[in-house]
Amino acid sequence: MKKASNFLGLGLVIALATTGCGGVGASKPTGAAPPPSDDQKVTLTVWSGFADRELDALQTVLDKFHSAHPNITIKSEGSQDDDKITQAIRGGNAPDLAISFTTDNIGQFCSSGSFQDLKPYLERDKVDLGKIPEATKDYTQFNGTRCAMPLLADVYGLYYNKAMFDAAGLTSPPKTMSELSDYARKLTQFNPDGSIKVAGFVPTPAFYENTIQTLAPQFGAKWQTPDGKSALSSDPGWKEMLKWQKDLTDFFGADKLTKFTAQSGQEYSADNDFQAGKIAMIMDGEYRTAFADREAKDLKYATAPFPVADSKPELYGTAYTTGTIAGIPKGAQNAGASWELLKYLTTDADALVSLSNSLKNVPTSTDALASPKLESTEQFKTFLDLFHGGKLANSPASPNGGAYLKIAQDFALKYVAGDSTDLDSGLQEVDKHIDDSAQLGK
Amino acid sequence: MSATTMPTRPAPPASTRTSPSGSAGVKHRRKLTVLAFMSPWIVGLTLFFLYPLLATSYYSLTNFDLISDPQWTGFSNYVFMFTKDPLMWKAIGNTAWLTVVITVGRVGFGLLAAMVLVKIKRGAGVFRTLFYLPALAPPVAASLAFVFILNPSTGPLNQFLGVFGIEGPLWFNDPAFAKPALSVMALWTSGTIIVILLASLLDVPGELYEAASLDGANAWHQFRHITLPSIAPVLMFSIVNSIIVGLQFFTEAVVAGSVASGSTATAGSSLTIGYPDNSTLTFPMWLYEQGFHQYHMGYASAMAIVLFAVSAVFTVILVRRMRSAGIGEEE
Repeated sequence: MKKASNFLGLGLVIALATTGCGGVGASKPTGAAPPPSDDQKVTLTVWSGFADRELDALQTVLDKFHSAHPNITIKSEGSQDDDKITQAIRGGNAPDLAISFTTDNIGQFCSSGSFQDLKPYLERDKVDLGKIPEATKDYTQFNGTRCAMPLLADVYGLYYNKAMFDAAGLTSPPKTMSELSDYARKLTQFNPDGSIKVAGFVPTPAFYENTIQTLAPQFGAKWQTPDGKSALSSDPGWKEMLKWQKDLTDFFGADKLTKFTAQSGQEYSADNDFQAGKIAMIMDGEYRTAFADREAKDLKYATAPFPVADSKPELYGTAYTTGTIAGIPKGAQNAGASWELLKYLTTDADALVSLSNSLKNVPTSTDALASPKLESTEQFKTFLDLFHGGKLANSPASPNGGAYLKIAQDFALKYVAGDSTDLDSGLQEVDKHIDDSAQLGK
Repeated sequence: MSATTMPTRPAPPASTRTSPSGSAGVKHRRKLTVLAFMSPWIVGLTLFFLYPLLATSYYSLTNFDLISDPQWTGFSNYVFMFTKDPLMWKAIGNTAWLTVVITVGRVGFGLLAAMVLVKIKRGAGVFRTLFYLPALAPPVAASLAFVFILNPSTGPLNQFLGVFGIEGPLWFNDPAFAKPALSVMALWTSGTIIVILLASLLDVPGELYEAASLDGANAWHQFRHITLPSIAPVLMFSIVNSIIVGLQFFTEAVVAGSVASGSTATAGSSLTIGYPDNSTLTFPMWLYEQGFHQYHMGYASAMAIVLFAVSAVFTVILVRRMRSAGIGEEE
C-alpha cells in the first residue's frame, strides 16, 4: 500500500511536470486576421512605456483613430517596459498592441514569435515599406522576420552650451574626437579643492546617453565580422574609441570623474547636468530638445552631428539610431483590429507628425518627414538632417537580448577606469565571451 | 497487579469478530482519514514544491525561452555553466564572498550586540528596539539610503571623513569597496539575528554563572564553557540562516548597483546589474538576468537547481547539527 501510494504520488507529480513542460506554444504562421466589421465592437489594449505628458500625446492620436473607427475602443496603459510585455506574453495575458522603447530585444521578439510576423498583413494591405528609412527598417526585423514596425526614431548627436563656447572663444562645434577632447579641456573648470566644477565632456561609458553603442558608429567600429563573430578585437575602431575615452578620462582623473558623475542630476529631470550648466557638451538624442525647451528655458544651446574618429573624417554626419517599436504580441485577442491600429500609428503621416510634434522624436516615414505640419526648431533640424543623411547606424539584433552590449560595456568601464591595462587581450576576451554567450540556446 | 488477578479479555462474539480483511479495512479508513487531514499540505507540497522542482529539473535539460517549446539538450546547460559562461565564476565568487562575510558579520555582530543588550538593565527595551528597527526597513529603501549615505561626493559619511582630512573611498562606485558596502548594509539590517540570540542568551540559567564564578571561572571561561554550549543550537541556526541569506543575496545588490551607476535604465536591467565591474553581481542576479533578460530560461533553471542543491546541503547540515544538539528530538 505504501509503495502504491508512493508510486501514485510520483506518477501524479511527473504527470504534472510533463503536462506543464510546453511553452505558450511555438510560433506558427497564422495568416492575416481580418479587420473587424463596422458593426463589430472591439476593445484593444495598448501597452507602452509612455507616461504623463507623453502618454497624453499618444492618447490624442489613439482618439483620432477611434473617431475613424468608432467600433474599436482603445484602452491605453503606460509605463510598461519590455520585461512586463514579455511576462504578459509568457503568461498568456498579452495586450493587443505592445509599444517598446528599445530595439535591444527585437531579435528575441521575432525569433521566438513573441511578436507576430507581420508579413501576411503587409502583403495583404500592400504596405509600402519603401517609405521607411533603411536603418529604421533594419532594427524592426530579425533574420528576415518583420515582427514590428517603427514608431518614431531616436537619432543621436552633439549638444553644446553656446554661452560656454562663447566664453572659451570657441566658435564652431568640434568635428573630430581630438577636437572634442581639446574643447573638453578648455571648457572644464575645477574647484579649488581639485574637484570638477564644470566638465567639458564626460567620456564615461554608460553615463547618460554616452553608451558604447551610441559612440561606436562615430569610430566606424563594427560589432560583427561578416561571418557573425564578435569583431571587437579585430576592428581597429574599438581600440581607437576606448583609447580616446581613456585619454580624456585621465585628463580629469578617473576618481574625480566618478565623484562628479555620482552627484549628477537624474538624466530625465530638470537637474540633468547639461541643462543645469554643469556639462558643456553631451551626446544625446533629439528628444533632449523637448526637455531643454521645457525645463531649461534660459539655456543657450546648439546641436550638431557628433564628432568622428580622427582617422575617419569621412564619417562626419554619422549618427546612431534606435527607436520606439510596435508589434502585435502572440496571444493578442483581436489581432485583426490590432493591425489596423498598428498600421495607422506607424504609416499614417498625420499620426506620426502629431506624435513627433508632441514628443520631439523623429518621424519614421518619408511622408511624415516631408509633411509641412512637422514642427522643427534649429536644434531639432540637426537630427532630421542626420536621419536623412544616409549615415545612420544601429546595433545588431541578437536572440539573447543585449547580452553582448553588457559584456562590451563592462570591459569599456573597466579599461577606461584604469582597472584593465592590456587592451588587446582584453578585447580578445570580450570577443570570446560574446561568442560563447551567443552559443547558449543554440 | 499480578498475572493471576489480571482479567482475561473476553473473546468477541463470533458475529462481531474482526476478520483479517476487516482489520485491513479499518487501517485503510484510518489511512484515508489521515490523508484527508494531510491533503491541504500534500496539495501545497505538490503544487508549490515538488511540481516546480521537477519542472525546473526538466527545463534545466532544455533550451527554453518560455515562449517557444523547450528543446531537449541534455546536460549542456550544466556544462556551459561551469566551462563557458563568462560571468559564472565571477557571480559564484561574489556570492561566496558575500556569504562568508555576511555570515561571519551577522553572527559575530549579532552575538556581540546581544551580549551587550543582555547586560543592559535600564532602558533595555529602547536599545533592543533600536537594534531591531533596521530589520524592518524594506530592502529597496535600505539600499537607497545606503547609496545616499555612501555617495562618494555628497554622501554624509565621506563628508564627515573629509572634516578630518580623510578622503573617503568611492564605495558603491569602486569594485574594491562595493561588496564591503553591501556587507555593512547587511550588518545594519541584522536585527532579527540579534533578537534570536538575545532570547537564547536570556534563557541560559543564571545559576550556572554563579556556580562557575564561585569556582573561580573568569569571563572568558564562562563564555566558553557556559554561554557557547547553551546557545549552540541557536547559534547554529543563525549561521545557516545567514548562509542562506548570503546565497540568495539579490535585492540590495540590484538596487545599489543600479542607483550608484546613475543609469536611467530600470533597476536590474542588463546594463546596470553588477555595477561596478560586476563586483556586485551575485549568483541569483545572474540567474535572473539569464532567465528574464537573455531569454535562457532553461539555463536559468539549471542555475536554480545548483543553487537549490547548495542551499540544501547547508540545510541538511543545520538539521543534523540541531539533532546532534538534541533540538527537535522527542523528550
